[in-house]
Amino acid sequence: MTSTTTDTVPAEDPPGTGTTTAPAPTGPEAADDRFDRDDLPTPPGATGSLLRSLLRPMKARVALIALLLLVQQAAIQAGPLLVAYAIDSGVPAFRDADYGPLIAVGVGYALCSAAAGAMQFAFVRVAALVSQDALLDLRGRIFRHAQALSVDFHERYTSGRLISRSTTDVESLRELLGEGLQELIGVFLSFVSIAVMLLWLDLGLGSLAVLSFVPLYLLVRRFQRRAGALYGERSSAIAAVIVKFAETMNGIRPVQAFRREPVNDAHFESLNATHRWANGSAMLEMARYVVGSRLVANAAVAGIVLWGAYRVASGTLALGVLAAAVLYLRRLYDPIDRLGMFLNSYQSAAASLGKIAGLLAQTPSVPETPSPKELPARTGEAPGREVVFDGVRFAYRTGGEVLPRFDLTIPAGQTVAVVGSTGAGKSTLAKLLARFYDPTDGRVLLDGTDLRDLAVPELRRGVVMVTQEAFLFSGTVAENIAIGDPDATREEIERAAEAIGAHDFISGLPDGYDTDVRKRGGRISAGQRQLVGFARALLANPAVLILDEATSSLDVPGERAVQRAMDTVLHGRTAVVIAHRLSTVEIADRVLVMEHGRIVEDGTPSELIAGTGRFAGLHRAWRESLT
Amino acid sequence: MPEKRVEPKDRSTVQSLMRLWPYVKPVRKRLFGAALVAIAASCVGLVIPLVLKWMVDGPVADRDPGGVWLGALYLLLLGIGEAALFGVRRWMVARPLAGVEASMRADLYRHLQRLPVAFHDRWPSGQLLSRATTDLMLLRQFLAFPLTFLLVNGATVLIGFVILLMQQWTLGLVLLAPAAPLMILCLVFETKFSAVARRAQDQVGDLTTVVEESVLGIRIIKGFGRHRSQALAFRTLTERLRTTELAKARLLAGIWASITLLPELAIGAALVIGTVQVADGDLSAGTLVAFLSTALALRWPIESIGFLLAMSQESATATQRFFEVMDVAEEAEASGVAGQAPDEGPTRGEMVFEGVEFRYPDAEPGSEPVLARIDLRIRPGETMALVGATGSGKTTLTALVPRLHDATAGRITLDGTDITAMPRERLRELVSVAFEEPTLFSAGVGENVLMGAEGAGEDELRRALAIAQADFAHGLPQGVGTQVGEQGLSLSGGQRQRLALARAVVGRPRFLVLDDPLSALDVHTEALVEAALRQVLAETTAIVVAHRPSTVMLADRVALLSQGRIAAVGTHQELLRGSAEYAWLMSGAEGVPEAPGVPEAPEAPEVPDAPDAPDAPAEDAFPDLSAEDLLAEKGTR
Repeated sequence: MTSTTTDTVPAEDPPGTGTTTAPAPTGPEAADDRFDRDDLPTPPGATGSLLRSLLRPMKARVALIALLLLVQQAAIQAGPLLVAYAIDSGVPAFRDADYGPLIAVGVGYALCSAAAGAMQFAFVRVAALVSQDALLDLRGRIFRHAQALSVDFHERYTSGRLISRSTTDVESLRELLGEGLQELIGVFLSFVSIAVMLLWLDLGLGSLAVLSFVPLYLLVRRFQRRAGALYGERSSAIAAVIVKFAETMNGIRPVQAFRREPVNDAHFESLNATHRWANGSAMLEMARYVVGSRLVANAAVAGIVLWGAYRVASGTLALGVLAAAVLYLRRLYDPIDRLGMFLNSYQSAAASLGKIAGLLAQTPSVPETPSPKELPARTGEAPGREVVFDGVRFAYRTGGEVLPRFDLTIPAGQTVAVVGSTGAGKSTLAKLLARFYDPTDGRVLLDGTDLRDLAVPELRRGVVMVTQEAFLFSGTVAENIAIGDPDATREEIERAAEAIGAHDFISGLPDGYDTDVRKRGGRISAGQRQLVGFARALLANPAVLILDEATSSLDVPGERAVQRAMDTVLHGRTAVVIAHRLSTVEIADRVLVMEHGRIVEDGTPSELIAGTGRFAGLHRAWRESLT
Repeated sequence: MPEKRVEPKDRSTVQSLMRLWPYVKPVRKRLFGAALVAIAASCVGLVIPLVLKWMVDGPVADRDPGGVWLGALYLLLLGIGEAALFGVRRWMVARPLAGVEASMRADLYRHLQRLPVAFHDRWPSGQLLSRATTDLMLLRQFLAFPLTFLLVNGATVLIGFVILLMQQWTLGLVLLAPAAPLMILCLVFETKFSAVARRAQDQVGDLTTVVEESVLGIRIIKGFGRHRSQALAFRTLTERLRTTELAKARLLAGIWASITLLPELAIGAALVIGTVQVADGDLSAGTLVAFLSTALALRWPIESIGFLLAMSQESATATQRFFEVMDVAEEAEASGVAGQAPDEGPTRGEMVFEGVEFRYPDAEPGSEPVLARIDLRIRPGETMALVGATGSGKTTLTALVPRLHDATAGRITLDGTDITAMPRERLRELVSVAFEEPTLFSAGVGENVLMGAEGAGEDELRRALAIAQADFAHGLPQGVGTQVGEQGLSLSGGQRQRLALARAVVGRPRFLVLDDPLSALDVHTEALVEAALRQVLAETTAIVVAHRPSTVMLADRVALLSQGRIAAVGTHQELLRGSAEYAWLMSGAEGVPEAPGVPEAPEAPEVPDAPDAPDAPAEDAFPDLSAEDLLAEKGTR
């Protein structure tokens, strides 16, 4: 192994930042209230504009829905007219052996029925298209956005919340678009047509009816305001339930081993009770609205009838007009309940959309560049690239400084081990290089190109990071390895597994590489998962490989297989290895010792061991631990 | 995706929904009361037009102002009554139904917590979650609306038809004609729709799983820049769901159209026939008008049955999905277990495996068991290291002790008591575990640690944190009260592992199971933890899964697990000498069949005797050692 001389010295502390940090908190700021309350800021108007942007591409279809409903209403309302025609004209004509009018009635009725049925059919299908397309769009947006958000966001915004955003919250939009759209358009159409009819029948009665809209409008407003708050509570409450539920199911082993069931029951009970209360309150608010609106409507009917009857009695209004007006009046207020149902689903959808909009409004702290650059062509034979940390400083947004300003150059092809105690900033260094975080100041350069200027595919051809948690996705083992390179052939996948020493155990699984990791026989130990993770990295074939405690669960032979692979397959690549085992360090060309965010020692392993610094101490401690 | 379902029983919609009864029973009075109120409200609704008719025919026609006032008063009172009844109905069911939903959810949660780990291995949590949320919400809505209105509207239709038949039975029969084809259509619809509804709900579950995985695996997705392909996979699933939903809509559109069309055609026929009858003088025009207005009034109740049925269908599917999980049996406690726990008296602590065999419940019949013929006696106070190649069954073996899985043959005894004869609660009190994957829960650091022991206090906490070298906890923003886990501060792997270790030792358990407890610790910390752990291990019986010599050093004896069997038991030195596989596992050096000379005196300090480094290097010569040398050296110690 070649040892490279120290070509960088840890930067001197800039004045004023010298006294940072107990190393303890590794997460971004301790407790961010907004995250705790599941209440991300929603920009004003974002909810409405989200809904509009979802429906905008479907303007034509929404208009078609309105048209379909209009025609259907007309077909249905034609029924009474045909009855009247049949009795007034059909009967006398039939008695005169003129069957024409009667046949016309029969044919007309059949046509109207057919039209009503056909419109119903078309409406359901078009409405489903509108709602499904909007949902598809929304689900995709949430998913893509969540994926674009940085790792530190995910560390705070729990998976349970994201799930509730993309399930229950999307579900409430589905209700709004499914039933709500029909309600809204239907309500609107009948309100307008009946109001016009009433005004046409009698200006006075009609005006009175239209006047009754004022208290109804106020009721609707009040309901909207109060229910809005309640539905927001309900949506947060269910998200809390989901978080607890998911946490328990994902950690079922410790739950059972530490007899957490009763405690969890009690905790879940209280979260569930909060949701139950919010749920009940939302339903009661709806009850209040229904009572209020019914009351206004029925009082208006009584008032209008009283006034109308009075006028008939005093001879200023025809009896027929009153009869017709009364019949229409009943119909006028019929849609109020449906309006309530619409408002119901609208409120609950608005609350959910608000949360979704809040999520979508989060700007990724590690954004992808709009004008990506390409990495320069590799200069030499070796696949590795040079890494430069140029005046890099990293602090959390709240100001807790993790890495004071430093410079570091890692020549192409060098293997660098980073050691230091937990919280020394090793992982942060790795995450900066993998661009999980962006530096607060300074730049991280890959062959002279700022990581921020690289598009994701280019970046990942350059840098790949293997972490300690080797998560397996549902699917086969082969699919899991292929995450490293989706275009890889089966042969390449097997070769990668073989190189890392994972081939044997994979072949031993019930279906070999095609074993579903979530199914029968697919139980894979933590060490085996780490091997799969390595095979992934091998397949990805990056210029720079970062291993963040990636061998922690491997046994000695496993670790050695990995080291062999690094020597052969990954030879010539630039590598940054964060490891606890000094055995791993031994394969490095260079060792960086970190403490409190600073690189305090830098040199070849032999140099450092020979010295009197911290690494030499660590090494002695390790050797002593062997006895 | 998880096509492994617990036998999808073929139940009809009604049968499925009937299973909700135990949950509905506590609120049955409210629910039936609400249905009665709904019927009363619709009766009031029917009376209002009659009052209008009376007003028009009576006082108005008679120009009687007093009667007009009276009529308007009646109208107002009825209106208030109707509004009140509407409100009462909703008020009656609001909180109770929210309660039904909550109690079903609580039951599901309680049940799932007590299902065997094997069940959870099989079921993605997304599928469970979608049952606990979407499905249960659907059921609440079903109880609130479709159930009541199926009753109310069904009754209305029935009464309506009685009235129609009484008015003119021939015309009534004409109107009844579509009933038979409609019923057949509804049956066909039900079968088809239930299949599609089920598919849609399962696909929602799959989607939930993908969302969950994409969040849990976010570092891998980002690390490999795979978010586009992940988004693509997600898109495929959502598009599949969309296709299913559209198929649902197609079926729904068909049944709605039929339900609109057929009765309407019947009314048209009745109109023509009625007109002929009127013309022939067999029927009065007034009767025909009354007949037809009644028929038209029945339009809404009949039409509504279409979507009410669809909602019922979906609810039935949701019920099935709910009970599919609820029907999985919880692990039974052994009968007559009381007092079977080991004596409280002088603490001993002997753990014995007798002919233990284990195969996963879903393993292919006839396949090799994961563990077989495990005979192992761990003496009181002894620490046994469990060493074996990756995938040899070490973790599985440790899972048998706290009965996260049950041995399929043989038995495990603690101080002579079969663990299956102990209540799980008691067993898990005796046995404390630190898992390889250190999961912390959303709670304070202190709470997370104290989970390991009931009634342990501050001092115990401090001691446990000190043993695990987890004193960093005191320096967290809110000290040991700092929230961690899903909803709190995220800690590094090493920090989590140390807290998990503290949790395992806090209660001074009689039996301790440690699954590679030091894997994520840095060398320095590892040495400190080992030193402190020795004291704990001295007074407890322990199994320690070990990957490395340094961890093995904690143990008195070592058991080598090879392909599910105990290949050898002995001290580290004995095994190094006697077992090639063990030497290989400890040193990583290939082809060391006959483990070379091991120092005669184990306490001889630094005489590395590995094959590649024949001459013992002095401290300063150390850097020249290759990795193999170091490892081999490490192994011999």
